[in-house]
Amino acid sequence: MIREPILNAVIMAALLAVPLWALWAGEPFTITLATRAAILALAAVGLNIALGLGGLVSLGHAAFFGIGGYAMGILAHHAQTYTPLMEAPFLIEGTKSMPVIWLTAIVAASLAALLIGALSLRTTGVYFIMITLAFGQMLYYFAISWPTYGGEDGLSIYVRNDFPGLNTLRPFPFFAISYVALAVGLFLSWRIAKSPFGLALSAARQNEARVRTVGMDPYRLRLTAFVISGAITGLAGALFADLNRFVSPTMFSWQMSGEFIVFIILGGTARLFGPVVGACLFVILEHWLGGLSDYWLVFLGAILLLVVLFARGGVIGALAGREATHD
Amino acid sequence: MTLLSVERIEAAYGPAQALFGVTLDVAPGEVLALLGRNGMGKSTTIKVICRLLTASTGKVSLDGQDMAGWPSHRAARAGIGLVPEGRRVFPPLTVEENLTAAARPGDWTLATVSDLFPRLGERLGQRAASLSGGEQQMLAIGRALMTNPRLLILDEATEGLAPVVRQEIWAAIRRLKAETGLAILVVDKSLKELATVADRAVIIEGGRSRWAGDFAELTPTLTERYLGV
Repeated sequence: MIREPILNAVIMAALLAVPLWALWAGEPFTITLATRAAILALAAVGLNIALGLGGLVSLGHAAFFGIGGYAMGILAHHAQTYTPLMEAPFLIEGTKSMPVIWLTAIVAASLAALLIGALSLRTTGVYFIMITLAFGQMLYYFAISWPTYGGEDGLSIYVRNDFPGLNTLRPFPFFAISYVALAVGLFLSWRIAKSPFGLALSAARQNEARVRTVGMDPYRLRLTAFVISGAITGLAGALFADLNRFVSPTMFSWQMSGEFIVFIILGGTARLFGPVVGACLFVILEHWLGGLSDYWLVFLGAILLLVVLFARGGVIGALAGREATHD
Repeated sequence: MTLLSVERIEAAYGPAQALFGVTLDVAPGEVLALLGRNGMGKSTTIKVICRLLTASTGKVSLDGQDMAGWPSHRAARAGIGLVPEGRRVFPPLTVEENLTAAARPGDWTLATVSDLFPRLGERLGQRAASLSGGEQQMLAIGRALMTNPRLLILDEATEGLAPVVRQEIWAAIRRLKAETGLAILVVDKSLKELATVADRAVIIEGGRSRWAGDFAELTPTLTERYLGV
C-alpha cells in the first residue's frame, strides 16, 4: 500500500507532467485532453464535497455545471456581439474577462444551489436523488427552449476569453489556469474535510440524531456543503465552456451528472483525489476506447462494475487502503 | 433558582404511551439522580428533555424559557449536553475529530477534556471505532462537554463497563461536580456510586414520578419498593 498523501502528490505531478511533455513533444491535443481532465476533475471535486463528505447523492449537479457554462457563454456572447446584456434599470454589458466570468459563474451557481438545496434537502435518499434530477432536467429543457442563446443548438464563442498576462488561445496557458483552479478546489476541499464544519458534515452523514444532540442542525450543514459544492462545479462549467468555446444544453443533462458520480466512484468516494483519478481515467478511456468503438461506454460500464464489486474504495482505495485519511 | 424544569410531561411512541406525568427540576450546580427500573420511562424523559421526542402535554423549560417547539439541536445549543445510552460516538472519526466536530466556544477544550480523561489525550489520533468500550464512553462524555453545556445528562454512562473503567468515569463525574459547578442529570443503577455524587433523586415508576427528595433520604424501603434493590 502507498501512503495516500504520497499517492496524491504523484497524481498531481503526473497531471502536470503529461502536458509538459506534450508541450515539449509538440502534441497540443494531449494538452487539451489534460485540460479536459482537470476541468472535469474540478467539477467532481465540487460534487465530492456533497457526496463524499455529506452523503448527498445529487443527480442534478449538471445544473450548476451548465449554469457556469451559460454564465460564460452569455457574457462572452454579448461581448463578442457588442450588445448589452441588459439596459434597464441599469446597463450590464458582456465581458471577455475570465476572472469576471468565473465570479459570475460562482455566484450564479451558488444561488441556484441555495434554491435547489433548500428545497431538495428537505428530502432524503431516493427522493433527494429524484428531486435533484428533476431540477437538473428542468434547467436542461429550459436551455433547449431558450432561443436567445441558441436553444438546442447551443452557443458558440469564437475566441477564448482573456486572462491578464496569459495567452489563453494557446493550449498550455489555458491548461495552467485549469490546473491551478483544480489545485485551489482540492485545497478548499481538504480544508473543509479537516475543519469542524467538515467533521460535523461527515458526522451528520453517519448519524443525524447524534449530531443534533451536540447542537448542530444537519439541514444547515448540508445546505452549506451543497452551496459550496455547487459553486465549485459552476466554476468548472465556466472553464469547460471556455475550453470548448461552446456551450449547449448538454451541459445540464442528467448524463453529465451521472458522469461526475462515475468519476467519484471510479477514483474513490470521499477520497480527496478520487475525483481527479476518476476524471483522468474517464478521459483516457474516452480517448482510447472511443477510438476503437462507438460503444466504448459499455467497456466503461464493465470497469465501473468491477470497481464497485471488487474495489469499493475506488482506485485510490485499492492503492492506498480502504480508509480515507483526508490527508 | 431552577435551570431545568420538567412539569407533568406525558409522551408516547405512536399509540404506546410511555410517560403519564413526570415532574422534576435541576438547579445550577446540582446533581440529580433519575432512578427507576428498566422500562419505567427514564430514557423517554431524557428524550423529551433533549427534544428528541415531543411531549403530548406538560412543559419543559430551560432557564425559564419554554422549550416547546424547539428542534433538538436548539436544546443542545441552549446548553443541554447529552451523553446517550450506548456510547454513540462517530466511529470513523478520530478522537480529536469527534471532539472538534462538537466543539463550541467555552471553557471546555481539547486540553481540558484530555485533562479530565488522560486516556483520550493519549489517543487523539486514534479512530473512535478502535477504542475500548470505556474509552468510547469517555469520548461520548468529552464530546458532550465540548459543547460547553450548562446541564450534562448522563444516560446509563457506566452500563456494561469493566469495574475499573466505571471507577474512572465516576471519578470524572465527581471531579466535574467539585470543580466546575456543572448541573448534572444522571441515570444509573449504581446507588453506591450515585450516593457519592448526587444531591437529590427522582424515582420514576410506570411513566410517573413517584418520589423526589434529597438523595440521603432514600430509604431501603423506597429502593426495594421502586428499584428492587
